[in-house]
Amino acid sequence: MLMVRQPSRRLSKGWEYTTRMDYDLECQSIVKTFGVFRAVDQVSFQIERGSFFSILGPSGCGKTTLMRMIAGFYEPDSGDIHIKGRSVLSTPPNRRPVNMVFQHLALFPMMTVAENIAYGLRRRRASRSEIETRVADALHRIGLPDSGEKRIDQLSGGQKQRIAIARCMVLDPDVLLLDEPLGALDLKLREHMKVELKQLQHQLGTTFVYITHDQSEALVMSDRVAVMNDGKFEQVGTPQDLYFQPDTAFVAGFVGDSNKWRGRVLNRDATSLKLEADSGETLVGVPGGSAAADRGMAVDIFVRPESISLRRVTSSEPTSTPGDTVNHRAAVVESVLFNGAQSRALVKTRQGEDMAVALPQTGEYADLREGEEVTLAWSIEHCRCYPASSG
Amino acid sequence: MSQKDARRLTFLLLLSPFLLWILLLVVIPHIDMFMLSVREKIEPRVYETGLGNYIEVFSEPVYVHTLFRTAVMSVAATALTLLLAFPVSYYIAKLARGRLKSALFLMCLLPFWVSELVRVFGWMILLRETGVISSFLQWAGLVSGPVEFLYNDAAVMVGLVYTSMLFMVVPLVSTLDSLDESLVEAGYDLGGGGFAVLREIVIPHAMPGIVAGCIIVFMLSLGNYLTPILLGGKSSLWFTGHIYSQFITRFNWEFGAAFGFILLATSSLLVWLALRLSGQTLASTIAKS
Amino acid sequence: MLPTIPQSALVRLTYRGYVALFFIYLIAPLLVAATFAFNDSLFPSLPWNGLTFDWFFNSTQPKLGLFHDPNIMRGIRTSFVVAVFTTTLSLLVGTTNAFLFERYQFPLKELCYVLMLMPLVIPGVILGISMLVFSSTIANGLEDSFGFEIEALRPGLFLVVLGQFSFIATIATLVISARLRKFDRTLEEAAYNLGGSRFDVLRTITLPYLKPALIGSGLIAFLISFENFNTTLMLVGSDSPLTITMYDRMKEGSTPVLNATSLFLMIGSGILAFIAVLAQRDKSKPAED
Ligand SMILES: Nc1ncnc2c1ncn2[C@@H]1O[C@H](COP(=O)(O)OP(=O)(O)OP(=O)(O)O)[C@@H](O)[C@H]1O
Ligand SMILES: [Mg+2]
Repeated sequence: MLMVRQPSRRLSKGWEYTTRMDYDLECQSIVKTFGVFRAVDQVSFQIERGSFFSILGPSGCGKTTLMRMIAGFYEPDSGDIHIKGRSVLSTPPNRRPVNMVFQHLALFPMMTVAENIAYGLRRRRASRSEIETRVADALHRIGLPDSGEKRIDQLSGGQKQRIAIARCMVLDPDVLLLDEPLGALDLKLREHMKVELKQLQHQLGTTFVYITHDQSEALVMSDRVAVMNDGKFEQVGTPQDLYFQPDTAFVAGFVGDSNKWRGRVLNRDATSLKLEADSGETLVGVPGGSAAADRGMAVDIFVRPESISLRRVTSSEPTSTPGDTVNHRAAVVESVLFNGAQSRALVKTRQGEDMAVALPQTGEYADLREGEEVTLAWSIEHCRCYPASSG
Repeated sequence: MSQKDARRLTFLLLLSPFLLWILLLVVIPHIDMFMLSVREKIEPRVYETGLGNYIEVFSEPVYVHTLFRTAVMSVAATALTLLLAFPVSYYIAKLARGRLKSALFLMCLLPFWVSELVRVFGWMILLRETGVISSFLQWAGLVSGPVEFLYNDAAVMVGLVYTSMLFMVVPLVSTLDSLDESLVEAGYDLGGGGFAVLREIVIPHAMPGIVAGCIIVFMLSLGNYLTPILLGGKSSLWFTGHIYSQFITRFNWEFGAAFGFILLATSSLLVWLALRLSGQTLASTIAKS
Repeated sequence: MLPTIPQSALVRLTYRGYVALFFIYLIAPLLVAATFAFNDSLFPSLPWNGLTFDWFFNSTQPKLGLFHDPNIMRGIRTSFVVAVFTTTLSLLVGTTNAFLFERYQFPLKELCYVLMLMPLVIPGVILGISMLVFSSTIANGLEDSFGFEIEALRPGLFLVVLGQFSFIATIATLVISARLRKFDRTLEEAAYNLGGSRFDVLRTITLPYLKPALIGSGLIAFLISFENFNTTLMLVGSDSPLTITMYDRMKEGSTPVLNATSLFLMIGSGILAFIAVLAQRDKSKPAED
């Protein structure tokens, strides 16, 4: 076993598991300001033991700042951080049971790979033989058994990546923090490492907190994802929650692709909203978040390209299926963006709105051409609206 | 013991050696020297504060003359060093390649690695009446008897330029190195002649290096003691020579301190002027070289 | 003028000739000083009387060799001791200063930085006399009010060390700061995050990174101290470092034993330079990747 849990640490904390659920990490109303600028604003969340938790947000939204507070490099202005049920605010970074994989890895260039991995163990005054076996184990586990004597600059990007993780994992942290660890890799390697990281986490059973601005990384790897914007958490949930039930306009726009309109609420009934887009077309949709949508309120309306069904006008099937439950548009194909499974058609509706529509994978539309007339339809649940953001 | 306290403590631990060093060894001694220089001896063991020492220095023509001479010769030595070093620096930075380039650059550093005393000694052997150059000229039949090249202002100049060459070449090479060659090519391409390109492209680019080099060379020349004394001989007057004799031979410290301050003021004034005229700052100039 | 721009052969040759002359000027005095160490004559001048190693190894007058000349050997020992102390002090204070100026923000930091640079701008002679004045003020004050005499505050090796240290510390600070500035601080955070104490991090990460700069500035400090003349001249007591001994001999006119000493110094500096280059090479490796 690579990660021999340290018995002493376990014993001293064992009793707390029963009292404090199985949360490895819990943040309560964390605030951090730089001067007058609020980098992190009232952030609270809990992470279950052994889960993969991602924080997803655009550049500059405060992800690194939050992570540095968990690691202990910044002190929060207010709020509390618990690791395994115990507040760590007064614990200096070198004593916290969390380890961090830095954005640019921060491998020590003056040491060999083995020395890098052994660094934390040496600081704990582990015996020489223990260090040797643990380092050898770790190297084996990350698939680089013969690289111990290499210098850091002799490694490839993906190898460095794995060394940086191994360097933390030999210490058997309660929580492993990863700050955009794939950011420096090229696209191909990134795709590969995504899968590998997820598997590694699964094997080790350590709690991962993973920072990224790349939604596909977050969605693919995580058990739960927090979407962060302007220092606040917009929504915390499973990848499916974020995709299918975004809580806010920001999440709806940030996670996955959407057609987006500005509009206002014309009318509301028990289950649906009647909406009018600024272009003048009417739609029927549902309120996206928890916020109430009243008559006349300005809203942002989101429809995903993949929830729109598309039909050729010339098709033999009847062109319209009835009802008020479905939104319809007649449109003309402007261009087809073929990209395998992600193929899209860009269309223009009669009212002159541009929309993107996902093309079904059946091959039925492989010969769709510019200028063809089509009809679009999407259901009420797939048309979500949120109080308009000021931006 | 929070992290903040620890950081504060480290700060104080780092600040104290700095303060001890700069205050006890630099700032306070200079203040003390100034206090000494404004102390006039009325009669043995009776003193009065006043500018008497300074007035006395400036009313004695030989001192004024020496100060003037020292400053002028230092400026001349600086200009000469610049003139001699510039073509060589340009050659090293832009024309020499690969190994030759680093070899030439290292050779320019050579004099620095050898004590100033040895450098001056070498010049003495070359220049004196029984020296190498004189013997060579006699052997070649160009002169009939021994010639003394030592103990004149030209010898002092040769020595000063030699001693400070390194401090001119290094900043020049480093600024010229960063000159984009396509700028020079563009200058030619647009029809500029050699001198036009030099004046309008190369020299403006090298200005920070020129200023840095000139300031250092000037200060080194002004404060030099060995070269003027050994190469200029007994009759050569150099301001540091007066300081030495007031302090060590005549033991007139009040007077010597005044000399010291006048030298310091002259050097600061000229350096300040040079910085002002060229729009550079001391930190940017010194820290770079 | 660039390799890519055609020039007439005459211009090119003249330029090369000038550069060659420049390097002859640079080398000549050193070469002459070294060569005459092997001349079998009582004076370091022509004619050439044949090769001898007496000026190094002979143990009898009048051709007393360098290694048997008690004054010179004592001078070398004294200089060595002074240089060791000066280097140690300069490295300590240079390192703390580098951390102070690179890692901390504090009120009056700009002023402190300028003060830190000051010793480089003050002529060595003046650094020497101000130290002399201040130490005498303290010594006299102590003697007058408490009646005890502190020998260390009178001209002597202690003051020589302090005087040299006062400006060599600035050089060490600049060299070490330059390297510290390039240090990636997340390495320290990573080490801290992996459980190292502050001291561990300094010992295992930061200092190893600074090592080339520490070695480099240590060698430079040693060399400058060993060669220093101006500051030393003002502060020296009865024990003379090598440069002072040589200076006294040079004024009197000496046998080629001085040339032998010069060559000895050159070889010593050459060895230091070689070590410095090795240390420098070590430094470039991790930085490149
Ligand atoms: N030490 C600091 N002082 C002042 N402002 C800071 C500091 N650190 C971060 N900030 C500001 O806080 C905000 C959040 O920074 P942070 O580094 O946490 O962003 P991030 O989400 O990690 O972005 P990225 O994805 O680009 O890494 C930024 O606007 C940044 O300018
Ligand atoms: Mg970041």
